[in-house]
Amino acid sequence: MVDSNDGDVGRKGTVSGSGWIIRGGRVIDRNGERTADVAISPDGVIVAVAEGLDLSDLGLDDAGELDATGCVIAPGLVDIHTHLREPGREEAETVETGSRAASLGGYTAIVAMPNTEPTIDSAAVVRQVLDAGVAAGLCDVRVAGAITVDRKGQTLAPMAEMAALGVRMFTDDGCGVQDDRLMRRALEYASGLAIPVTLAQHCEVEALSEGGHMHEGEWSSRLGIAGIPAEAEELMVFRDIALARLTGARVHLQHLSTAGAVALVREAKAKGLPVTAEATPHHFTLTHAEVASYDPVFKVNPPLRSAHDVAAVKAGLADGTIDAIATDHAPHTADVKEAPFDHAPCGMLGLETALALGITELVEPGVVTLSELLALMSWQPASIAGIDDVHGRPIEVGEPAHLVVFDPAQEWTVDPSLLASRSHNTPYAGRVVHGRVRHTLLCGVPMVRNGKAQR
Amino acid sequence: MSRQTAASHRHGEMRNLLAISDLGPDIAAGIEEVMTLTDSFVEVSERAIPKVPALRGRTVVSLFFEDSTRTRLSFETAAKRLSADTMNFSVGTSSVKKGESLRDTIETIEAMGVDAIVVRHASAGVPRQIAQWASSAVINAGDGWHEHPTQALLDCYTIREHLGDMRGRRIAIVGDIKHSRVARSNIAAFTALGADVTVVAPPTLLPPSLEGWPVKVSHDLDAILPELDVCYLLRMQRERMNEALIPSLREYTALFGLTDERADRLGDHTLIMHPGPMNRGVEIAAEVAERPNAVIIDQVRNGVAVRMAVLFLLLGSGTAWGGELDG
Repeated sequence: MVDSNDGDVGRKGTVSGSGWIIRGGRVIDRNGERTADVAISPDGVIVAVAEGLDLSDLGLDDAGELDATGCVIAPGLVDIHTHLREPGREEAETVETGSRAASLGGYTAIVAMPNTEPTIDSAAVVRQVLDAGVAAGLCDVRVAGAITVDRKGQTLAPMAEMAALGVRMFTDDGCGVQDDRLMRRALEYASGLAIPVTLAQHCEVEALSEGGHMHEGEWSSRLGIAGIPAEAEELMVFRDIALARLTGARVHLQHLSTAGAVALVREAKAKGLPVTAEATPHHFTLTHAEVASYDPVFKVNPPLRSAHDVAAVKAGLADGTIDAIATDHAPHTADVKEAPFDHAPCGMLGLETALALGITELVEPGVVTLSELLALMSWQPASIAGIDDVHGRPIEVGEPAHLVVFDPAQEWTVDPSLLASRSHNTPYAGRVVHGRVRHTLLCGVPMVRNGKAQR
Repeated sequence: MSRQTAASHRHGEMRNLLAISDLGPDIAAGIEEVMTLTDSFVEVSERAIPKVPALRGRTVVSLFFEDSTRTRLSFETAAKRLSADTMNFSVGTSSVKKGESLRDTIETIEAMGVDAIVVRHASAGVPRQIAQWASSAVINAGDGWHEHPTQALLDCYTIREHLGDMRGRRIAIVGDIKHSRVARSNIAAFTALGADVTVVAPPTLLPPSLEGWPVKVSHDLDAILPELDVCYLLRMQRERMNEALIPSLREYTALFGLTDERADRLGDHTLIMHPGPMNRGVEIAAEVAERPNAVIIDQVRNGVAVRMAVLFLLLGSGTAWGGELDG
């Protein structure tokens, strides 16, 4: 069996010669909240967590100091839904530029989606993306493999071969697996692999969604744009819950966007079925009314839904129905987004704004606590992605120092031209948000220091 | 000289005509202003030499991404009668599909120095997108299923010409409302002028949601025929039956076509209207289109004067047109 940590840059990355101390912050992890300084050894391991740490006692006299006054120190964020566009669409994003955007957003691990050109459906392409992640060395880049060959929904991709390289999630993201029987087989097959893996589904029944470009409803009717009904998502959520029951295999439902889908997952969880779910920042922040501008920056799949759906997604995040916030970071160049709405591709940036939107849209209005937000953005997604051995860990002695330090109160205005992503298709241009990353450490090395990418 | 004052005033408010709502916060007043100007341009059109120098030195470009005969001709005729220079920028939708950026196309056209862009596109919203990038005035000549505001204005003019004030008039718009830019603009314009509008179609040809639409809905044309002042028929696209929206054109005609028999049940004053091109024998029987109360040709004729009015409102500020026309 190939080393399953092939993609873990942290363990291979360069380390500071003398360690680091993060002073003045409030630590929040899965075990709770406390005021503490965090000391990190030169090899990237947390060596002390306590108030008023004395560096000489720790043999870290030369350690660099990172100021965390007014900040939260948390396990690095984990995005289980990132489009890095490499290989194939490097003009929109590369593993390196996407990794830099991730670290600026507070992420220390991201899972690259397989809808690249070629598709990530074989060991060769998995290795190519993992290697690019290691070469960039900015974030722990993991890979999701396709469920079916070329994401065509016809034959199973070689999951074992990809799992052997460390792939823990499989998805045809961008498309749902339409064929009921094929999805059943995929779940059954995956459940027999030597290493536990999770199949994740882009929930959309194409027979209902095909030809649609936005949420079907009041706004699509008014704007004269063909719609995608909420039921296109809900039917597949319903089917996959049924298949989870039938096969006993774990199913992860990607980017839930409708009230009906949230209700179905809530009901499935109440019955104890092995189902997890994620939601994106845009589905808890924006509604279909944004499309009135006809600006394709608001075109995304699943589409922006109604205010009722947004409220349901928030409720799902609050009550634990939805386990993770995932960005669905989907870079596109300006020229393809400056097309007619119905010709433009779907997708919007997310990595550099997710934490701030979580704070502004969920924590500040009291939907979730800051600690719950971090659960949704760090340790819970790490667990879904099967990387909770390294990421989303408690901030304790002996743990790898994949950390984010952020000021939850710092106000800033989203400026597309200042984002590190190679593309600029953020729907939040000009939006004032709260919560800014100050430092991001990958294996004890600051990738972001004082809000600036270090390389 | 109230007209010219109003025109200048309007010019300050309305930079583009993308949708009926661009006619101002008070849409009815905006439409009335266009109607009043149109009266003048109808008079111009009846002259031996139907041309005024109102837009001399201005350039109007037609940017039609989708084929159209009557709308393009109508706008070009309107521009020429106002002495504007006209240009044609012909593009197939294929060039966009091949990856040509819409923005590049617009920047290319603007670099040539134009004052107004008349745009027709198969995709909803394109005129609005263009307006964000262009410094010239943008006029929507039909965008996908969204709007076709000059069609609505010429329809308002035609109804006013025959029936006077539109307040309280009962208008049925019959047919494929869902895919119709004409319906969306007409509903906005007719209801702004106080008309009582009913959309008549099978549920498959209605928009998925009519929330906020100031209309009544009927699936029964026969039930409302006798009480109508205007029966407005939409073109029935022949390919709709392939999308399982209707079983067959025959059944559509049986339920929603304005047959001779149904036309007999309309009032004598009731106008029969159609935006063209007609599918005779489908939404309208061949002979019905020839009845005296069918005003389909009037619609086309009024289109030129209405488009002159729109072009003048958008581009004519500061020209010495008013006195000359009145004199």
